[in-house]
Amino acid sequence: MTKSLRIDLALALLAVACAMLSLGLGPAHLGWGRVLAALAGRGDPIAATIVWQLRLPRALLALLIGAMLGGAGAALQGYLRNPLADPGVLGTSSTAALGGVVALYYGFAAISPLMLPLFAIIGAFVGLIPLLLLAARSEGPLALILAGVAIATAAGAGISLALNFAPNPFAAVEIMTWWMGSLADRSFLHVWLALPCIAIGLGLILLEGRALDALTLGEEGATALGTNLRRTRLMLLAATAIGVGGAVAVSGAIGFVGLVVPHLVRPFTDRRPSSLLIPSALGGAALLAIADALVRSVPTLEEPRLGVVTALIGVPVFLHQLMRARRQW
Amino acid sequence: MVSLEDVSVALGGRRVVEGVGADLGGGLIGLIGPNGAGKSTLVRAIAGLVPAEGGISIDGVLVASMPPRDRARRIAYLPQGQIVHWPLTVERLVALGRLPHLAPFGRPDGMDAKAIERALERTELVSLRDRPIDELSGGERARVLLARALAVEAPLLLADEPLAALDPAHQIEVMALLRAEAERGATVIAVLHDLTLAARWCDRLLLIDQGRLIADGKPGEVLSADRIGSVYHVSAFIGEAGGEPLIVPLSHH
Repeated sequence: MTKSLRIDLALALLAVACAMLSLGLGPAHLGWGRVLAALAGRGDPIAATIVWQLRLPRALLALLIGAMLGGAGAALQGYLRNPLADPGVLGTSSTAALGGVVALYYGFAAISPLMLPLFAIIGAFVGLIPLLLLAARSEGPLALILAGVAIATAAGAGISLALNFAPNPFAAVEIMTWWMGSLADRSFLHVWLALPCIAIGLGLILLEGRALDALTLGEEGATALGTNLRRTRLMLLAATAIGVGGAVAVSGAIGFVGLVVPHLVRPFTDRRPSSLLIPSALGGAALLAIADALVRSVPTLEEPRLGVVTALIGVPVFLHQLMRARRQW
Repeated sequence: MVSLEDVSVALGGRRVVEGVGADLGGGLIGLIGPNGAGKSTLVRAIAGLVPAEGGISIDGVLVASMPPRDRARRIAYLPQGQIVHWPLTVERLVALGRLPHLAPFGRPDGMDAKAIERALERTELVSLRDRPIDELSGGERARVLLARALAVEAPLLLADEPLAALDPAHQIEVMALLRAEAERGATVIAVLHDLTLAARWCDRLLLIDQGRLIADGKPGEVLSADRIGSVYHVSAFIGEAGGEPLIVPLSHH
């Protein structure tokens, strides 16, 4: 078994273990026996309802969304050749969040549980339009980063505006709560909504692994190696909009996973951008699953927000690694 | 056989290369001329990286009409001041040279492994293969980048200032590697600034000034004191040392 396969396998086991832990945790104390029995389709109806209706969708969403954020972070760091890049850098997370806020603000979210995610995905695509126009002119990565920052700023201003003019404090809290990211009260409906988006997003990213490797030699070096950079750019932009848009749509904005996870797994790879994609996706899945398990095991009335917890877990590990390693990428 | 027919390149509205024509069939060819003469632009045009007017063809096939991967298999390009963005190991970096040979979803095969091995052996990097590129000295790094280009095993190798920032020993080492590649049958075009090394190692020199081809021929024919004076604006001593040509720029005029 090759080294990279061993790492993929270890991270996959870690992700599954984190998800299992998250299945066992929650306000209702079921005990492992009842959880496992319910999973196997045998246990009592109460346990079965809790596990299948409440905990399993959450655990699956944590795995899916974490994988998308981690994979997109690794791909964008490789593409932009910038270790600071994450899915937020192109503004996609922000415009998707703005779409969700619009749905909440104008009351569309009350019509159907599908409206919020739908608006978020629309937001991700609308935010992509200026980037696509820019990419069609085949600009370098710096122009994309600057445009992404501008788009994220505009989307952030839009969200602030919605909070500013919120008709009542409850509406403001609703917007804030969603914006900070959470997997509370999600169902299989959300899983089915996010799954195709994330499958497409991760699939497109994996297709571009070789182009990302070639970009180690810069844009001209990659072109001389036969890489079609315009295609790579369009594929990665589409992957981010569809995948991250779909992820933000069901969870709200969860920061930090995309930035940190590639750095955490990079020392275990041979540092080719392509060798980082699958480990980052698996690592992201594990991080979000464990964060969501922690969120539910904190004995407070209100769950702490998921984005807050991923940052609280990720930052110390990240800083420790920064201090220990001579370099991080 | 590389054929340049009336090649012109405009960058940002300015004509940087103007009507260059030459048939380059094998050997080590030095591209010389002052800074800003258009040497790098000409090399990038041959590599298909900038659009050019006129015809650039390899074995009768226009570079502009080649599919990108096909072009990448025929032309290995070593850019000036190559930046490596991630600290890959020597072997992983050299392996990038095989990317044009891989089928869209195929994995590297025995041919690729052998090509990588040959490139490592020729550049004497076998013992450094597992070292990260950012832990190497400047001379070792230059060898790795050259090995990356050699691993393509393309019939045409373009090297843009491969001697920049190298000490004399490493300059000679790189020239010997380019020479060996030419002797194996490849056409090697190298942009050079050291006229003595160019005269000593190259089979043929192309002298470019202000985008135009000023002289084309054997080093002894191209490098006259008059021509060096008019193109580089320096007076030069041209002589011999140990039977080898020696060209020393003396003073600016």
